[in-house]
Amino acid sequence: MRAMTEFETVIGLEVHCELSTKTKIFCGCSTKFGAAPNSQVCPVCLGLPGTLPVMNAEALERAILVGLAVGCTIRRRFKFDRKHYYYPDLPKNFQISQYDLPLAHDGRVDLAGAHPVRVKRVHLEEDAGKLVHEGAGQQIATGTAALVDYNRSGMPLLEIVSEPDLREPAEAVAYVKSLQTLVRYLHVSDGNMEEGSLRCDANISVRPKGADELGAKIEIKNMNSFKSIEHALTFEARRQRDALARGETLAQETRLWDDTAGETRSMRSKEAAHDYRYFPEPDLLVFTMDDARLAVIRGRLPELPWTKRLRYVQTLGLTDYDAGVLTSDRTVAEYFEATIAAGAPPKTACNWVSTELLGALHGRKLGIGDSRVAPRQLAALIALIDKATISGKIAKTVFAEMLVSGADPDAVVKAKGLVQITDEDALVTSVRDVLAANPQSVADFKAGKSQTIGFLVGQVMKATGGKANPQAVNKILKEELTR
Amino acid sequence: MMKSPASLTIHEAAAALRAKTLSSVELTKAVFERIRAVEPQVHAYLHLTEEDALAQAAASDRRRAAEESRGPLDGVPIALKDNLCTRGVPTTCASKILERFVPPYDATVVTRLRAAGAVITGKTNLDEFAFGSSTENSAFGPSRNPWDLDRVPGGSSGGSAAAVAADEAIAALGSDTGGSIRQPAALCGLAGLKPTYGRVSRYGLIAFASSLDQIGPLAKDVEDCAILEEAIEGWDAADSTSVRLEGPSVTQASAGDIQGLRIGIAKEWLGTGLDPEVRAAVDGARVPLEKLGCTFREISLPLQDYALPIYYLVAPAEASSNLARFDGVKYGRREDGANIVEMYKKSRSAGFGPETKRRIILGTYVLSAGYYDAYYLKALKARTRLRQDYLDALKECDALLSPATPTPAFRIGEKADDPLQMYLSDIYTVSVNLVGLPALVVPCGFSAAGLPIGMQLIGRAFDDATLLRVGARYQNVTDWHRRKPPLPDSGEGGV
Repeated sequence: MRAMTEFETVIGLEVHCELSTKTKIFCGCSTKFGAAPNSQVCPVCLGLPGTLPVMNAEALERAILVGLAVGCTIRRRFKFDRKHYYYPDLPKNFQISQYDLPLAHDGRVDLAGAHPVRVKRVHLEEDAGKLVHEGAGQQIATGTAALVDYNRSGMPLLEIVSEPDLREPAEAVAYVKSLQTLVRYLHVSDGNMEEGSLRCDANISVRPKGADELGAKIEIKNMNSFKSIEHALTFEARRQRDALARGETLAQETRLWDDTAGETRSMRSKEAAHDYRYFPEPDLLVFTMDDARLAVIRGRLPELPWTKRLRYVQTLGLTDYDAGVLTSDRTVAEYFEATIAAGAPPKTACNWVSTELLGALHGRKLGIGDSRVAPRQLAALIALIDKATISGKIAKTVFAEMLVSGADPDAVVKAKGLVQITDEDALVTSVRDVLAANPQSVADFKAGKSQTIGFLVGQVMKATGGKANPQAVNKILKEELTR
Repeated sequence: MMKSPASLTIHEAAAALRAKTLSSVELTKAVFERIRAVEPQVHAYLHLTEEDALAQAAASDRRRAAEESRGPLDGVPIALKDNLCTRGVPTTCASKILERFVPPYDATVVTRLRAAGAVITGKTNLDEFAFGSSTENSAFGPSRNPWDLDRVPGGSSGGSAAAVAADEAIAALGSDTGGSIRQPAALCGLAGLKPTYGRVSRYGLIAFASSLDQIGPLAKDVEDCAILEEAIEGWDAADSTSVRLEGPSVTQASAGDIQGLRIGIAKEWLGTGLDPEVRAAVDGARVPLEKLGCTFREISLPLQDYALPIYYLVAPAEASSNLARFDGVKYGRREDGANIVEMYKKSRSAGFGPETKRRIILGTYVLSAGYYDAYYLKALKARTRLRQDYLDALKECDALLSPATPTPAFRIGEKADDPLQMYLSDIYTVSVNLVGLPALVVPCGFSAAGLPIGMQLIGRAFDDATLLRVGARYQNVTDWHRRKPPLPDSGEGGV
């Protein structure tokens, strides 16, 4: 029997992220998504003859901010280059990008529960327009006309290139998700895969486990969702393994993921690869970044998601899972932090935010920013439980009311008369009434069926409309029964 | 016969307009009369904007009547090279691929000229995309030298030079990538200035080689060059390579004397290939300059011989990139094809002329993988060293003096089939673009055949004013610039 060779998948990702600056990278056109075709264009982003690019300073700062956040070294002198290829969506038939001197290089992203992923480079470039195919199937092969929408042309685009450090499709997805969280934390991009503001190409190869050399690098394009990244990479890894197992050799090529067919297809071979004829963009000067300006940009860095997650575990005592839920979205984390700043204990606040609040909001397809309950109000509600003014169960009723009306918890409790009864004298009467009405249960308890007490507590709670303090009821019941 | 207003310089016209002995409408009409008379022979223009010009002139006269005149250019007819974008007016670069292109915006220099009140006469002929030294590469036929209609006016701004020399405009703007203002100025007996790179915004100039291109004036004398440069120069938010200028204006700074100025002449400039008549004329210019207080010294520019090879690597490389956008997709000429690649090929094959194709092929080649280091990168390194040579020379000199061209105007067709001979006509001018310095061409004599000869003054970065000062003082004591070409229909008569 032939020994099965064990294979290892090696994945590197190029993540493209459209920066959500107000205006495009080289002109004053709006970057708003979803406008009528060619309504956000000007001579510059249409590449009309005689026009020149002028760098959007905010786009540059955001690019550097991302570079800093992934731990890159920021180059003190960097330039832009022209990358040439002919395509109708590229108005100048060259893209202004960065070739040998990207603005940031050599960083890393620490994935939770996995090894770190090295970031090779981060660079800034302009996006191209979009082709729209008219006619049958709206496909290039069957369409009757190709139309171009240049609204996207000249949108600032950040490219984050990883080293081939990923080993599993799931890891690749986790990496892209952490970059998505990051750019949203930094408020530099919507990071929206459906709208194309976050896009991803992968380089994937397979090699015998333990080998040092990489296999033939195959680039996969057209993965438009997290699901398609996972499916495409899983498909491709299996395809490559199968080919190698059959004794075939793989050649460097670019392949396109077809989401509907669920397979990758060859797009062009290495021989057909473009010669981009990069050369320095003469219309932009070399950029210099001094310490003072870098310090200002660094000052814009918030606490990063992975730092926050670690802090929640180490200093606040949350589980890694809970910390992950709270830090996956900066607004959620900020809400949580505001809640504990208003006095709520971290663990309780975590439960309320991640279960009650997010659950309720998700059900209504709302974001945390839409919550009518302010962190201060949630903290006040938690305080009412801790002071035993209301029970945890009643608190959920109060919270539901707060979500609708935005009222303070005190006001809801007062208006609905929900204050918990902890006064033992008041409770003794209710307990005695319940015992008198349930002689069989009393007999069972005395015969040794101690679990009967649960039923009796429930009866008292029912009789008091849920307002009785369960611990107090328990205590009084035991006293009365053992008397 | 009274001197036609069309023959005036900017400053003469401005004086007459100020004195109200002449109106802008009269001046503009005189220019268009002159155009009607001589344009069939000269072919300086590709497009005339007479109706709009007369409206602008009338508006200028109204401003003057209301005492709201805007300065020396207000009401003065100026021609524009047809690679400067003009809103609503065809801008073709003398190429079939842009035959029907009408820009939706004005170049910054055009905006500034309009703001100064200038009257735009039309768009002048050039070598296609400014690739050439004779206008013979124009897709719409060559312009002719008003001094000898069988000869070229130079290029690529040959139409602008011919128009000004033939009094079809009071002055004109051209663009200069390797001598395209200065060489035609020399061949047509005009003053022409290539400003320091970064001094004039390139926004709206259809790019040839972005790191070399600069817009500048072609005028009847140096004083006019200063007036035009002052109007168009200065920082522009739309051009990242434009520079904020400090200090006095060029017209102020070019007003003083030139006592004690040190002028260098490189021995490398006076070697083989230089026409004896040109050499004698440039040499002759030293006498009046010395009388004005200048001293001369011999300098050396060891890399001078490499300037042309460097230029013909850098300029086509940038040009091949800049011209990639002309593909038939969005504007300009489109030829149908079975697929997109075929459409590109057919449109570009039909739209571009032979010299344009030659430069695109050359530029594409030198930027290709495997050749970049050997050609383009090496050229960039040599360019840096060439610049150092010039900077060193200008440490001990205030300006440099050279011939503008190796010969006077050559005959139409004489070099058309020999690109290398054609390229050599820019031997004295290309290095100035490579090193980014300012240079001024001034007429300094005539050949025995009656053709103008020009000399070139090269200055320090952003010290354009010193060149204008030297040129203006020289013109105070010489009259080469006052001669008019012997055009058959000229009201003035000949030399």
